Amino acid sequence: MKTCLTAIISSLMIFSPMAYADKWSDQFPHIKATGDIPGDCSYEKMSKKNYKGKTLKINTHAIPVMGEPTALHAEQFEKLTGAKVEVTHTPAGDLYSKAMVPFQAGQAPYDIVFGFSNFINDWKRYLAPVPKKYMNSPEMKDVTKSHMGVSSWDGTMYQYPVDGDRHYLKYRKDVIDNPEMQKKYKADTGKELKVPTTWKEYGEMAKYFNGWDWDGDGEKEYGSAEVMKKDDLMFAAFFSRSVAYAKNPRTPGGFFFDLETMKPNINNPGFVEALTDWVEATKYVPPGGTNFGLGDEIGSFGGGQTLFSFSWDDAFIAAMQDDSPIKNKVGAAPLPGANKVWNRVSNSWENQYNQAPYIVWGWAVGVAKKSKVKDMAFDYLCFFSNGANHQADLAIGRFGVNPFKNSDFDPNIYINSMGWDPEIANSYTKTLLDMEKSNNRVFPLRVPGVFEFTSAVATGTSKALAGQLSPQEALDEVAKEWEAIVGRVGKKAVQDAYAVGVKMEDNKL
Amino acid sequence: MNFKHKYFFLFPGLFVLIGILIFPIIFVVRLSLSGWNSYNPGLDYIGLENYIRLFTDDPRFWESFFRLSFLSVTTVILQYVIGFALAHMVWKDIKFKRFFRVLFLVPMMTTPVIMTVIWRTFFHESLGPVNDMLSVFGVAPKWLTDPVIAKFTVIIVEVWQWTPFMFLLLLAGLLSLPKEPFLAAAIDGASPVRKFIYVTFPLMAPISIGAIIIRLIEASKIMDTVYVLTSGGPGTSTETSSFYIFIKGLREFQMGYAASMSFTYLIIMIISLTIIAKVLTKVLLKE
Repeated sequence: MKTCLTAIISSLMIFSPMAYADKWSDQFPHIKATGDIPGDCSYEKMSKKNYKGKTLKINTHAIPVMGEPTALHAEQFEKLTGAKVEVTHTPAGDLYSKAMVPFQAGQAPYDIVFGFSNFINDWKRYLAPVPKKYMNSPEMKDVTKSHMGVSSWDGTMYQYPVDGDRHYLKYRKDVIDNPEMQKKYKADTGKELKVPTTWKEYGEMAKYFNGWDWDGDGEKEYGSAEVMKKDDLMFAAFFSRSVAYAKNPRTPGGFFFDLETMKPNINNPGFVEALTDWVEATKYVPPGGTNFGLGDEIGSFGGGQTLFSFSWDDAFIAAMQDDSPIKNKVGAAPLPGANKVWNRVSNSWENQYNQAPYIVWGWAVGVAKKSKVKDMAFDYLCFFSNGANHQADLAIGRFGVNPFKNSDFDPNIYINSMGWDPEIANSYTKTLLDMEKSNNRVFPLRVPGVFEFTSAVATGTSKALAGQLSPQEALDEVAKEWEAIVGRVGKKAVQDAYAVGVKMEDNKL
Repeated sequence: MNFKHKYFFLFPGLFVLIGILIFPIIFVVRLSLSGWNSYNPGLDYIGLENYIRLFTDDPRFWESFFRLSFLSVTTVILQYVIGFALAHMVWKDIKFKRFFRVLFLVPMMTTPVIMTVIWRTFFHESLGPVNDMLSVFGVAPKWLTDPVIAKFTVIIVEVWQWTPFMFLLLLAGLLSLPKEPFLAAAIDGASPVRKFIYVTFPLMAPISIGAIIIRLIEASKIMDTVYVLTSGGPGTSTETSSFYIFIKGLREFQMGYAASMSFTYLIIMIISLTIIAKVLTKVLLKE
């Protein structure tokens, strides 16, 4: 009887959100869709803590991506616990150094530092491990295996999971699935209009739909919105385009480097082909598109300006928000693949279809080892990602909070709480879930001095996009720089750290 | 009478000087001889390794330096010409003189980073108002994404922001000029152009040299405009020395190497600005 009652209540929680409006959602409208969700760090539990007279200092990203939810949950945390929370907002490119400078000087001006999960190797010695009581919480048990691994090093969790990211393709469903458009495209190009499965198809379609008003809103639309601005995560966009050509499931042992020799693969023909495609893409992005950062990309695709986009979830979620002009007109699909893939062992192209998901991981956050309010800091992070906050954050594209819990892949969450079309919700969760299951995934570098490596990629690829160098010249320059960095850091140190990522890519971990 | 105690009064100033000027420079020199980076924090000693790398294996630093030279010289020349013209205009008895004097100073009073964000919005190629207006004439310049045009976009923003500073210095100079030479020129029947060439400009030469040098020093540190407007792109086409040092030091966290670049840059700037000051003095003051 009790089980039956629980099941009925749970069903009501999922399928009838408004039924869960409670005293907490009255005070905190952010969680109005679900009300408070019971858990170790729920609103109810947090309200019983007393941190009056204590101050929590947080360094987070600029508003809105991750910066806005940090500030919002800080305000809620203050109201619930009596703590004072000071939030500092920092541009993405400076998050690393803003924490590293005081870390290395033995200071802790921030109790909590936000960054990217691939900083873990450099940051871990300055961060406090996540205490057991949080590790054993039901919320933590719900985190996917990939994201538990992402937040941990050698079995110790240093980064509290608050986000889960991966790159995938977003497209305008109302165009791609439109029979009239399909007919027109076929008549003009002789090809089928469908969700692109290769980057070449992506380019052809993007070029065709570039620079004319194909949705009848009186404005010109364009082919693709991509993160191309130098130093603004553009390296991740480049890797997303590279995995199809350069991640060969038959040649384990390293995507970025050959693990045995630590020779960079970054200038092999697979990567060069991807960069050549990317240079071509400058012709079908909106005006100024080669200076688009992540925020521009989200605004451009989310605002209905382009046919395609690929990167983190944010642009998709922005497009599916209630205030979006293209709500329920977009689709999600895996990143395009390629009809050939480079074999770095035989030094030749294999003419067969290849697709590889790029698990970019995501935002990461840790508590400084030298913080004097570690308990409060972990409570804040636990509160940040509690059930109610997490579901509400997922629904707001600009927040940059994306699925990282197993329960996030239930399409009903998006259908019932966010008003998504069931077909879109199903394709979205299936796309994400399939990436988790893939055996050909690529994970980002997690090696010492990671910022030097990614900065070199950003510089090289941006030179190619600007026409300063050819793709081959640009990537040769990157490879030379990577070799120099490996030399400076120490081959063994980079190799040991890289081996952990390779094990994950080769499905041995 | 023993005046030795007078040195006691120098100590506060001396301490401040050591604290905010001498110590940082010494620390930068020491840092430049270390390999301090993200994986190897601390002041180890690696000798001249960073300097050798800089002089033998880093063309990007020198490219950014020559780009900086172009940007700073161009912006300062434009600021000087426009600033002098505006100062000369409001020096005369014109209507609403006081209003214009204040108006021309407004750009300098705004926060550079905020203004650059606004300029970036203006120059946004698909959403900005500049290209929207220019579309009437059928043109849409790639303000931020063309390697050549982007340099001029940076120049436009810098000139807009800092011309008022030049204007202020030159106006103060004009107001302090003696009246007699102008009276003599008027009695001789000199035209306004001749009066400017033979009286105003020579009398303003010492002030002009000071203003140009001050602005050159400031312009050579150009960083915020580049950071906000283009991030040094497209490619590396607007990357300046200070932005490149920032990337190496605070993005990539190569603190030791960034310190060696900073110190080298300081030496180069001291030498080149000294030469420029000498040349200007020789040319403008005919010494």
